[in-house]
Amino acid sequence: MPLERDADIELRLLIEAIYSKYSYDFRDYSGASIKRRVNHALRQFELKTISALQERVMHDPSAFMQLLQFLTIPVSEMFRDPTHFLAIRQEVVPLLRTYPSLKIWIAGCSTGEEVYSMAILLREEGLLDRTIIYATDINPRSLEKAKQGIFSMENIRGYNENYLKAGGKRVFSEYYTAAYDYAIFDKTLRENVTFADHSLATDSVFSETQLISCRNVLIYFNKTLQDRAFGLFHESLGHRGFLVLGSKETLDFSSFSKQFEPLVKPERIYRKT
Amino acid sequence: MKTAYPESAPDASSLPVVDAIVVGASAGGVEALLKIFAPLARGYRLPIITVLHVPDERRSQLAEVFTTRLSIPVKEADDKESLVPGTMYFASPGYHLSIEADQTFSFSQEERVFHSRPSIDILFDSAADVYGPRLAGVLLTGANNDGAQGLARVKQCGGFTVVQDPKTAQARTMPEAALALHTPDYLLPLHDIGLLLVELERIAC
Repeated sequence: MPLERDADIELRLLIEAIYSKYSYDFRDYSGASIKRRVNHALRQFELKTISALQERVMHDPSAFMQLLQFLTIPVSEMFRDPTHFLAIRQEVVPLLRTYPSLKIWIAGCSTGEEVYSMAILLREEGLLDRTIIYATDINPRSLEKAKQGIFSMENIRGYNENYLKAGGKRVFSEYYTAAYDYAIFDKTLRENVTFADHSLATDSVFSETQLISCRNVLIYFNKTLQDRAFGLFHESLGHRGFLVLGSKETLDFSSFSKQFEPLVKPERIYRKT
Repeated sequence: MKTAYPESAPDASSLPVVDAIVVGASAGGVEALLKIFAPLARGYRLPIITVLHVPDERRSQLAEVFTTRLSIPVKEADDKESLVPGTMYFASPGYHLSIEADQTFSFSQEERVFHSRPSIDILFDSAADVYGPRLAGVLLTGANNDGAQGLARVKQCGGFTVVQDPKTAQARTMPEAALALHTPDYLLPLHDIGLLLVELERIAC
């Protein structure tokens, strides 16, 4: 058994320290990505060693908040993977219509692109008024941004293309007001949205839901943590509830694979058995 | 740095024992990859993990195309999948591909590297971290600088590195960027890289 390398020891200790002091649990995140994020942070903090970074974040909560921005990956776009949203519209919405009221959980909502996409889709299908959306994330700065619903104009053209491919029924620009370089999204879209701090690694289920969307979050978890997340989703979802994942995420390697069945497998839409 | 292989007689003792091979290519990469993998026969026992820069399409045809042309099994890597020896894996469009310490794959959507996701640097860095000296890295034709840093990292961790001779590359930028950062063990045309892959497996297995 080779000795653990210094940088690996330091990384493990940093992650333990963060957990002990700030209760953010990255211990079961995929190693390669977290290592890259920490190394990237080292360069930004202009520090030489992970131990030095640990010293900094242990004694300075604002430095930890800065580090958290590197550890979480806010890559998101509206109507990402348009065929996924089209499948929700065509295959899931008709079933959702049969419910008198709906609760939807968007787990790992980051800066909110997924939330507004879902809200637009539900409004066009006449379901938004009877839906409560819980949008959760571990990063308070991302949540703050999600609450504001202001996105860079630069990306809007791409979002518009996605929206149309996703079966959008109106004109995308009806949903935002352009102000200089920003698109400010219609605030009535988030009237029924509750943004909240929630960790799939440490927190428990907070409500019964009918649909959970958790996309491109589980790829950052190892199998143990993925299973914890699937357990939460299984517990939260009501009878025959829907679970939607990112285009490269699957229940196949999980111990919950039998508790869900694919509804639209290529689009990663599953249903509780 | 050697620039011919095999030399008069294949000098097997100069090649290291490796557990995996990582390959990176961009512009001109499909043809180049088909050439270097063509000599690999059914029953080849090293895992090969390849990043080829492709547009961000949801579904890549790469695995299908290569399956029909090669003798070894080819598939797109899945998140959390365990590496199986003798399989050729492609990274999926839109996601970085890493190898974890337990020799499983992991995906991520961190920022692009040289406008590319998947990035060759990210695959090579993570593989070097896991396999250290028991890794071979191969960098082929391409029109950007992705992979150069990653290949230098493979070498730095004690691994074995091969660069396509830029004179023979459809796009020279990528192999030249690699040569600017480190001196690889071999600088070869595609045909010879194929023979080298065969020999690496013979020594390792």
